[in-house]
Amino acid sequence: MTTDHIVKSFDEELNMLNDTIARMGGLVEAQLADSIQALTRRDAELAARVVSQDKRIDDLEHDIDSLSVRLLALRQPMAEDLRLVIVALKVSADLERIGDYAKNVAKRTGALAGSVPLDPVHTIRRMSALVMGMIKTVLDSYMEQDLDKARDVIVRDEEVDALHTSLFRELLTYMMEDARNITPCTHLLFIAKNIERVGDHATNIAENVEFLVSGTLPPGDRPKGDESSIVIVEPRTADTEGSE
Amino acid sequence: MTGQTAAAATEVVASPEEIREVKATAREVGVFYGETNALRNVNLDIRKNEVTALIGPSGCGKSTFLRCFNRMNDTIDGCRVVGGIMLDGDEILAPNVDVVHLRARVGMVFQKPNPFPKSIFDNVAYGPRIHGLASSRAELEEIVDSSLKRTGLWDEVKDRLHAPGTSLSGGQQQRLCIARAIAVQPEVILMDEPCSALDPIATARIEELIDEIRQHYTIVIVTHSMQQAARVSQQTAFFHLGDLVEKGDTEHIFTAPRDERTQSYITGRIG
Repeated sequence: MTTDHIVKSFDEELNMLNDTIARMGGLVEAQLADSIQALTRRDAELAARVVSQDKRIDDLEHDIDSLSVRLLALRQPMAEDLRLVIVALKVSADLERIGDYAKNVAKRTGALAGSVPLDPVHTIRRMSALVMGMIKTVLDSYMEQDLDKARDVIVRDEEVDALHTSLFRELLTYMMEDARNITPCTHLLFIAKNIERVGDHATNIAENVEFLVSGTLPPGDRPKGDESSIVIVEPRTADTEGSE
Repeated sequence: MTGQTAAAATEVVASPEEIREVKATAREVGVFYGETNALRNVNLDIRKNEVTALIGPSGCGKSTFLRCFNRMNDTIDGCRVVGGIMLDGDEILAPNVDVVHLRARVGMVFQKPNPFPKSIFDNVAYGPRIHGLASSRAELEEIVDSSLKRTGLWDEVKDRLHAPGTSLSGGQQQRLCIARAIAVQPEVILMDEPCSALDPIATARIEELIDEIRQHYTIVIVTHSMQQAARVSQQTAFFHLGDLVEKGDTEHIFTAPRDERTQSYITGRIG
């Protein structure tokens, strides 16, 4: 991606940094997809594989950290090179955290295996499809240094937030209808929250791409659509009130 | 987009204590060596009590530009300067300007420390003597003391003020040259690669000194070390092939320069 430095080994190191981010990104995408698949197919084996694979992501983050420190200390990068190193450090931290969320989703899959399948799982799958689309776009925007793609991701996070709010409401309703749903629904609540957080990290990465390309940070206040923190679902008291 | 970006950037960095008063202004300055046009159409404001760094590859015109501020180019045969430079509202390129007086207002420190072959005391006292700044021996001593103290050299040399200036180490000699420059109470100090002959420790001391004395003076520094420009200056101007390509707040130039040529130079690419 970067070429034509007078010192060629500097190019090589910067490219290695980018390649490592690319590998990390690909791994994170796969982990998240697998964790959702394990959830929807109730596949405990796949879930276990996701949990064990997370270490690979952590190792790559460690590689990026040491490479970045080395670049900063030995090359003293300036301007776009400096932004590239700083952004690599921040993006790798976001990716590592997304990997953790995928692992968490996979871990809860085991707890869900013993209960009846619930409809909200489909909403979770829809939400994850959105989030995985965001991750793909944001990784492309990083590799191609494409501002439009990065900004698109920031906008799309609102949809995820909105979906999370409605999912939250849906799960509360299920729990009120039947106390036996409480265990699986609570796990699904955490899973939904994890996926919603993945969207936030994708947005962080998008903001860093903006800094990487333009040199200016986007304004601090980004659109927020998650209202789950203020959602209240009243228990049904009379038959006049229907639920969805 | 760029306008918006610039506005956002100033919003972030601007702090209320910054007044950013302009000390000197270069307008359409050009320099010719015979037929060769070494510098073209340079417009730059030098802000008071700030360090302005001039950077760029060899032969870009940065030292030539620096030397315009105290008319040092006058001493080069066949060198012609066009345009205007105002120092506090006085046109310094005008033919009737007293260059000796100008060079007292605008001091200079060179790449290689060049103390006079005199004692440490006499090196510093030289300027005040020829400009008649001291009316008595006590006053002269006072000027020498305070200049040496301001450059942090006092404690190192106070017991041997009559030893030759050349007996000092390279870094000390350079600080002696700075003490000599400030002894005549200049308003502006020009520095032409003041640290390129010094080791990292001596360099750090000079950089610290530059940062301290800018409270009292306005400093313009030419440096080949971009890290040095980044460390000591508030404003940076990038020159390339005789053009002033880009100027701006140092922080901005080194994190997000606007011009492709600046970017190539400071990131070490083939420009």
